[in-house]
Amino acid sequence: MEKQPIIEFKGVTKRFDVRTILEKVDFQIYEGEVTTLIGLSGTGKSVTLKHIIGLLKPDEGQVLYRGQPINQMSKKEWNAYIGQISYMFQNNALFDSMTIFENVALPLRQTTNLGKKEIAQKVMASIEQTELTEVFDKYPSELSGGMQKRAALARALVTDPSLVLFDEPTTGQDPIRKNAILGMVAEYQNRFGFTALLISHEIPDVYFISNRILALYDKKIVFQGTPDEFEEFEHPFREEILTSLESLQEDITGLYSKRHFKVRYQTDLSKRHPDAMYAVAIFALEEIDLVSENLGHDATQEIIRALGSYINKHFGAVGGFSARQTINEYATVLPYSDLEEAERIMEDFKRDFLAHGLPNIQTLVEGEKAADDCFEFNILAGLAQGKPQIEIESVMEFARFNQKPIARFQCQRGGKTQ
Amino acid sequence: MADNAKEQNPSEEMALPKPGNPLTWIFHPFGARAIRINGNLGAIAIFLFRAFFMIFHYKQISAIIQQIYFIGAKSAQIVMLVGFFTGMVLGLQLYHVLVKFGSVGVLGTAVALSLIREMGPVLTAIMITARAGSAMTAEIGIQRISEQIDALSTMRIDPVGYLISPRIAAAVISFPILTTFFDLIGILGGWVSGCLLLGVNSGAYFYRVISATEMSDITGGLVKSLVFGILVVTICCFQGFFTHMRTDSYGARSVSLSTTSAVVISCVMILISDYVVTTFIL
Repeated sequence: MEKQPIIEFKGVTKRFDVRTILEKVDFQIYEGEVTTLIGLSGTGKSVTLKHIIGLLKPDEGQVLYRGQPINQMSKKEWNAYIGQISYMFQNNALFDSMTIFENVALPLRQTTNLGKKEIAQKVMASIEQTELTEVFDKYPSELSGGMQKRAALARALVTDPSLVLFDEPTTGQDPIRKNAILGMVAEYQNRFGFTALLISHEIPDVYFISNRILALYDKKIVFQGTPDEFEEFEHPFREEILTSLESLQEDITGLYSKRHFKVRYQTDLSKRHPDAMYAVAIFALEEIDLVSENLGHDATQEIIRALGSYINKHFGAVGGFSARQTINEYATVLPYSDLEEAERIMEDFKRDFLAHGLPNIQTLVEGEKAADDCFEFNILAGLAQGKPQIEIESVMEFARFNQKPIARFQCQRGGKTQ
Repeated sequence: MADNAKEQNPSEEMALPKPGNPLTWIFHPFGARAIRINGNLGAIAIFLFRAFFMIFHYKQISAIIQQIYFIGAKSAQIVMLVGFFTGMVLGLQLYHVLVKFGSVGVLGTAVALSLIREMGPVLTAIMITARAGSAMTAEIGIQRISEQIDALSTMRIDPVGYLISPRIAAAVISFPILTTFFDLIGILGGWVSGCLLLGVNSGAYFYRVISATEMSDITGGLVKSLVFGILVVTICCFQGFFTHMRTDSYGARSVSLSTTSAVVISCVMILISDYVVTTFIL
């Protein structure tokens, strides 16, 4: 059965005076997915988003919610529709004369009949999830840009929406914070199952959390599909945006971007004899949600970054190359090593990581963890070997299957690692 | 659903002159302005009615109390200060006029009726416009340009009900009370200058104040203050709420121009409506 889109744009055109911003735009957003709308600055991404919540109306075409045009909804239907949408503005749109607590509580106070106590509980839960407990009584102007972003996210999520629209949530953030915010979006999306539509021009970062990519270029949607399909997409837009932004990936991990990684292994492996062997290692931080919950998103991203840098340093020295694959996973290709040799390299890495890498992570954990917190997590690694004629994806899948813990953070009241 | 300013301003397109027709060239500027003013008056009326009907909700109570504190309590000092000196000036001026006719005994009547019927409501409204009205426009204008008002809409909170209704309710309550304070303090000011400084008999002064003032004078003054309150708050809130629709400026500049417009239009409207209401009362 064909999937029914939750939101659909059908031939939407929007003009401001004589300037056309959107021209016959068609796209679909599916339930439970993270969809990212990408495009260069000033191409109408925010305008597109504002059509969904009715802040702007199309000059031509229709916006449909589950097949029903939103401009033909009755007041009751409209209220029900808008009630399940949250919108996170690019500049946060926090009320500067209210504290963070009051900002987050506002939608509950005004649109629900919950009691004071219930509202306070929900608000504090949302504030804790977004790591703002220490600043809940401060005003937005007293917070950093990242904290303001998180406060806006807390406000967007406090009403348990089923569709959340994020207008450039990572703009103006440093690479660690950027990934922390995206990690937070991914985690909440996983946990609460809402549909998310992000707009961004920071492609490498959003790759890890997006199920679908929509590309807006020259007033039109020129692509809609998975991030992997976008990598195959031949269009001047892709070159324009990817080349300008690819370097961002290296800011966070020091590794190749996914695209460069692919280009590199295709080039390297194509030169090899069809029967030659190469090895793939897949590393992952297990239980990322638990780690985020206990340490916060920033510290989690720091751990992921530290792991990535360590993998890059160690395997780069023996001719390997690595890239981040998902929010908590790295892949390394050792193009000139078979499984036996890769296992030896991995043993060396494991020893080195336990001796030098893990203590750094432990320091990070100790800095963030409350004294009586007690939790455990593993760093996993798996190896597999393949031949150039075999699809690398299946070799990577096999490496995932072979994953076992290589390092473990184990809590012993005060946090010890083994 | 709100929409962008330029899209919602059909008057400009409608008013484009057709080249070659001299009559069009002559009447075009007047016609365009008339259409714009007509449109704005309609918009203000709808704005006021929407805000008024949204006052009656239990969730508004705390917001109304806050606004009474801001518009009423925080304006009380300045209103009473102005009232006191207005009364003193009236006492002083009227004394020198009345003494020429040997009628200083009616000083209390002159001061009380001038204040209760005219000066109290008008000066109180102007003082509140300057103190609270301009602040309202600036605050709402900033909320508009920083997308806080759009954020309210996305949270299913009606911005008119949330931002405007409590202010209108607070104005309806605060303006008559402040006007009463102004009148009382003004009469006291008249007594200070007329009796304490210029030697008019205090008993005669207060006797004349009480005997000359009728209930219709008091209710007339309070009706005026009510009308001024609704006018001032509606104009100031309207200017702030639609600051993004200004075609002459953008951003912070549009907020500053909206604030200026709000104060000027409010003051002019206070005086115009004062005349209109007076003709009905007398």
